[in-house]
Order: sequence, then structure tokens, then C-alpha cells
Amino acid sequence: MARAVPLRRKLIFTALAWGIGFVIFFPILWTILTSFKTEGEAVSLPPSFLFFDWTLENYGIVQERSDYLKFASNSVILALGSTLLALLIAVPAAWAMAFAPGKRTKDLLMWMLSTKMMPPVGALIPLYLIFRDLKLLDSHVGIVMVLMLLNLPIIIWMLYTYFKEIPGEILEASRMDGASIGKELIYVLAPMALPGIASTVLLNIILAWNESFWTLTLTTKNAAPLTQFIASYSSPEGLFWAKLSAASTMAIAPILVLGWFAQKQLVRGLTFGAVK
Amino acid sequence: MKSLLAGILGAISLAALASTASAETTLTIATVNNGDMIRMQGLTEDFTKANPDIKLEWVTLEENVLREKVTTDIATKGGQFDVLTIGTYEVPIWGKKGWLVPLTQVDDPADLLPAIAGGLTVDGKLMASPFYGESSMVMYRTDLVEAAGEKMPDAPTWADIKRIADKITNKDKEIYGVCLRGKAGWGENMAFLTATSNSFGARWFDENWKPQFDQKEWKDTLDFYLELMKADGPPGASSNGFNENLALFNAGKCGMWIDATVAASFVTNPKDSKVADKVGFALAPDNGLGKRGNWLWAWSLAIPAGTQKEDAAQKFISWATSKHYTELVAGKEGWANVPPGTRTSLYANPEYAKVPFAKMTLDSINSADPTKPTVKPVPYVGVQFVAIPEFAGIATTVGQIFSAALAGEKTADEALAEAQDVTTREMTKAGYIK
Repeated sequence: MARAVPLRRKLIFTALAWGIGFVIFFPILWTILTSFKTEGEAVSLPPSFLFFDWTLENYGIVQERSDYLKFASNSVILALGSTLLALLIAVPAAWAMAFAPGKRTKDLLMWMLSTKMMPPVGALIPLYLIFRDLKLLDSHVGIVMVLMLLNLPIIIWMLYTYFKEIPGEILEASRMDGASIGKELIYVLAPMALPGIASTVLLNIILAWNESFWTLTLTTKNAAPLTQFIASYSSPEGLFWAKLSAASTMAIAPILVLGWFAQKQLVRGLTFGAVK
Repeated sequence: MKSLLAGILGAISLAALASTASAETTLTIATVNNGDMIRMQGLTEDFTKANPDIKLEWVTLEENVLREKVTTDIATKGGQFDVLTIGTYEVPIWGKKGWLVPLTQVDDPADLLPAIAGGLTVDGKLMASPFYGESSMVMYRTDLVEAAGEKMPDAPTWADIKRIADKITNKDKEIYGVCLRGKAGWGENMAFLTATSNSFGARWFDENWKPQFDQKEWKDTLDFYLELMKADGPPGASSNGFNENLALFNAGKCGMWIDATVAASFVTNPKDSKVADKVGFALAPDNGLGKRGNWLWAWSLAIPAGTQKEDAAQKFISWATSKHYTELVAGKEGWANVPPGTRTSLYANPEYAKVPFAKMTLDSINSADPTKPTVKPVPYVGVQFVAIPEFAGIATTVGQIFSAALAGEKTADEALAEAQDVTTREMTKAGYIK
């Protein structure tokens, strides 16, 4: 029987959890609040928290100056495209590593992860030249490929971890019943690993949505996503915080909503296999 | 599975087709996010009406992002842009490398302010046309200076600044005598400190490219700056750049602020500034050595070598930096909103002379000479920078060292010795010092 937790302790931990949650969420809250201030109010000292003249002026300016829908649709194309493409490669790769490991599987996994340790700028010039020669600069195809490659190690790692939790005997049984590898993957493995795959997809969409280095460098106008939309509102000389906050709020809104609705799957997926 | 794969590939192919389709005479213009550039984007109908075969597409980015992106593109001949917005630092370097196309259709080039045009000319050819120019000057609170029993001279010395700042400072009331840049960066604290050092007779390099941080002039500069900021600056000044100081000044916390002339329109705007009606202007200070501590900068339009649309780009730049454009802005948004600091004719215009900070801006720009920035001779061009490719990297490191000194993490002597070591090492590596 579980030990009863004293009420006082429960209250303290609950308050602490809410406190930590508030601290983590505060930058986003502050961004949202600032987006409703005037530029003067946004930098006023001491800063005002809730008692200021709320205005929608910044949203109006941002709407007028930028084609938000174009940037947003590019973000959707890039995030979904790179995620789906990565999944097509990662599922068979993770399956092979989890159920038919070789002598070097662990080393291979570590090597894949090590590619994430290189600073992106180290690959900038070679990649830029390749993109220039292949006419991929500012194209959806090019940036989808980059985002896919960028997140592939994490996706393979996550899927590998989930697949390892599934008993190999179930797959063997399906093979005994005459299932091909394709059918085994689609009809046996995929349904069992669905929560893991869902959380991997969600995390990858968030990572691709927020990626800024490559999307800022390799896109100009046709394939430019919301990262570029935000970057166009920052300025080293002049007041821009309120407009930048409005642009940021508009940029994070879709992914914030998606994250809110999918938080259960995300948490489940991220903690899957963490405690045995 | 097959249909899913086909769907994805189909969608990507469609996106690829969409992304490669473009009009023949579409100019892609890379620009910074500042008020003047944004205003121009709203006025381009005037250009496209006269040139219906040219379509304009804008890529607006934050200065550092733009610099990184445009530099990568031009160095690799990526060809993503047809018109670039670049600063006075890049023009001589890129011009010498053959990365820019000389401009041939600029409207009345003789009318451009000589100090600005000089910094944009390489081997006698104008490589970029200035859209907007700036220098730096003193902005001060007339009420606080008066209450301190002082009068700000039109052309103050550093001693004047220190004396007045000491009298204004009231830390209990959170009023600080002077707000200056302290945030590390070649375009942040080093722009201010390099310009200031000119007025103390210091220079980055001697005629043989030997770094000069071990000389008395630099010690005088840094000692003065650190003492002034310690006595009269706001807390946490090592994190303050242009925007942070602007916020402090507008909130009424600074007695004086020495920074870009463009700030004049911000601090006098009653919508954003609590002290809009109490601001006076003066030239950047000097030390009686013949050089003032003001800088010179211009955002200019240039054409990258290799663009297929040079003729259309020349036409656009000619329009955007013309006297006609100035009149267009004045007619639609008033003379105070005209891009400043580029043309002599603008300052001869009696209407523009009514703008409160017009004369001080012109005097500040005219008192800066990028070819002779300091008292002693130098082998480089640039007032608050040295127009060599290595400068941005070196000055950012030196800026971090000086910012640490301002934060109290090291003494002025330690900072200068470190700056000398770093600069000597990098200049040797780059081949300037044999």
C-alpha cells in the first residue's frame, strides 16, 4: 500500500511545482503582455505588469507589414515535410537497431548523436555551396532535407528507445505467421509503438518549427518560415520590443496550441522507458 | 504506404516548382529593420509606377542576421540578392574584393555629403549610394543641466562632460550623470570607445599595423571612461547598448547620453519619451587635440557582383537615394521623417533647417573624417572601425575585454594588456605583422 503523503507536504510540493512552472512560462507570458503595450510602455522603467493601456496597434502593424500567412504556411510545410521524411528513414533504421542489432549498433548510435555536437556554422559554407550549385537556395525541398537530416539522429534515438521496450517475441510470432518485414512494421510494430512515434513526431515538429540558424541562412523569401518573420522585427537602433513581441506571439501561437493539446503524449513519450 | 510516399514526394515537388518560379525583373532587396527603410517599402509604388517592368521583393532582417546572411551569400556568389543594404564598414572591404558593382546612375553624386561619399568610394568609384547617414553627439537633459548650475557648450570637452555629470548624478533618486555604451561588440561599446579614443589621440594601429593598446593615449581613454562610468554611470552599464540607454534616457534616468544622431528623433518623440521637451544637443566631446569623439556611419544600397539584374538594380538605387525620394517622403510624412545625413541639398533646404536636430547632425557628420580619423597617421580607413575584414572579430574580443573591465572584473591595465596581446596575435596570424 502506498504511503500517505502528509497534506502539508503535498501543498508545499504543489506550490513549488506551480512556482517552477510559472518561472518557466514567465518569458512567454511577458512576451504576450509586451505585445499589447506601446513601444514606450514596453521599455518603461519600472516595467508595468498588467496595469497599462492595452493596445492591438502592434498586431495591426505586423499584419500590415508582413505576409504572416505565407511565413506560417512555410513553417507548416517545412516542419511537417521534414518530420514525415525523417520518419520514413528513422522507423526502419530504429527497427533494425532494436531488433537486429549488430556488433557496432551502439557505436553507430553514438556516432549519429555526435553529429549533433558539431556547431552548425562549421558546415555553413560547404552546405551553402552545395545548395547554390544544386539550385536549392530558398527552396522548400532544400530546407526540408536539411531539417530532416538535422533531427534524424534524435528521431532514431527516440524510436530506438521505444522499440526496445517492445518484446521481440511478438514480432517473431508475426513472422512465423508469414508476415513480411513491411507488414510486420506497419501492422504489428507501428500500432504498439504508436504513443512513442506520436511523441517523436510532435517533438520533431517543435524542433523543426523553432530551428533558426539554417532557416535564416538558407531561405530568403519563397521558403522563409516564421523564424525570418520574427527576425525582421528586431533592430539594434530604435524601439522595437512591442512589435517584436507581437510577431513572436503570432509565430509561437500555433506550436503553443499544438503543444498544449499534445502535452500528455509528449510527457508520456519523453518519459517512456525512463523508469523500469 | 506507397500512396503516402507518393503524396509526400508530390507535395515536395510542387513546393519546389513554386519556389523556383519567379518573374524576370523581380529585384530581391536585402535590408535592415530601421524606420527609414520600412518607410521606403511603403513608398515604392512611386518607383514601380515609373518602372512597371520591375517588381520589388523585400527581405527585412535584423542587422546582425542580415550581415551574416549577406556576407555568406556574396562571398559564395550565391546570388540570392540583387540589391544589398550594407554599412560603411563593408563597402571598402567588399569594393576592394570586387564583390560590388560600381554605381553609375546615382542622382547628382556631387550633392552627396563628402564625408559620407568618401567612405563609400573605392579607387575613385562610388560602390554604394547612401540612403541614411549618422554620426554621434551629446544628447542632454536641459532641465538637469540647468538645475546643476551649468550650461552645456555647443562643442563640449570631455572635462565639461565629467564636471556636469558629477553635478547631475543623484544615485539615491536613480539619476545618472551620463549613459554610455558598455555592451560588448564591435558595433556596440567598441564603436563608442574607438571614436572616443580618437579624441584622446589614440589609434588602433600605427603605420606598420602594430597594435597601440600599450600606448598612453589608450590608457588615458580607458581610464577616463571607466572612472566616468563608475562615478556617474547607471548600474549594470556593461550590459547597456543603444536600446538599453535609449530606454534609460527616455525614462528620465540619464543626464547625458552620447550616441548615434538618429536617437535624436526617438528622445524627442513625446509618444515614447518622458523627457521629450527637455532635450538639448551638443557636438561629441573633444580633448583639444583637433579630433572629436564622434563616429560616422551610413546605411547604403549596393549591387552585388554577379547579379543578372544590374540595370534594374541601378535604376532602383538611383530612385531610392535621389533628391526626388527625399521630396516624396517630405510631402507624405513631413521633413522630420526624411532620411538624414546623405545630401548637402537637404541641409540647405530652409524647411529641413527647422527640424531641431538637423544642424547638429550635419555638423557632427562634417566633423568626422574616415580617411584621417585620429590625431596621428593611420594605415586604415574608418572612424569607429578599421576597414579590414579581421576587425569585426578582433574588436568583438577587445569589446568583451573592455566590457569586463567596466563590470569590475579586471583593471584598465589588465584589459589593455590583454587587448594588445589578442590584437597582436590576430594581426600576426592575418599577415599584417611580419
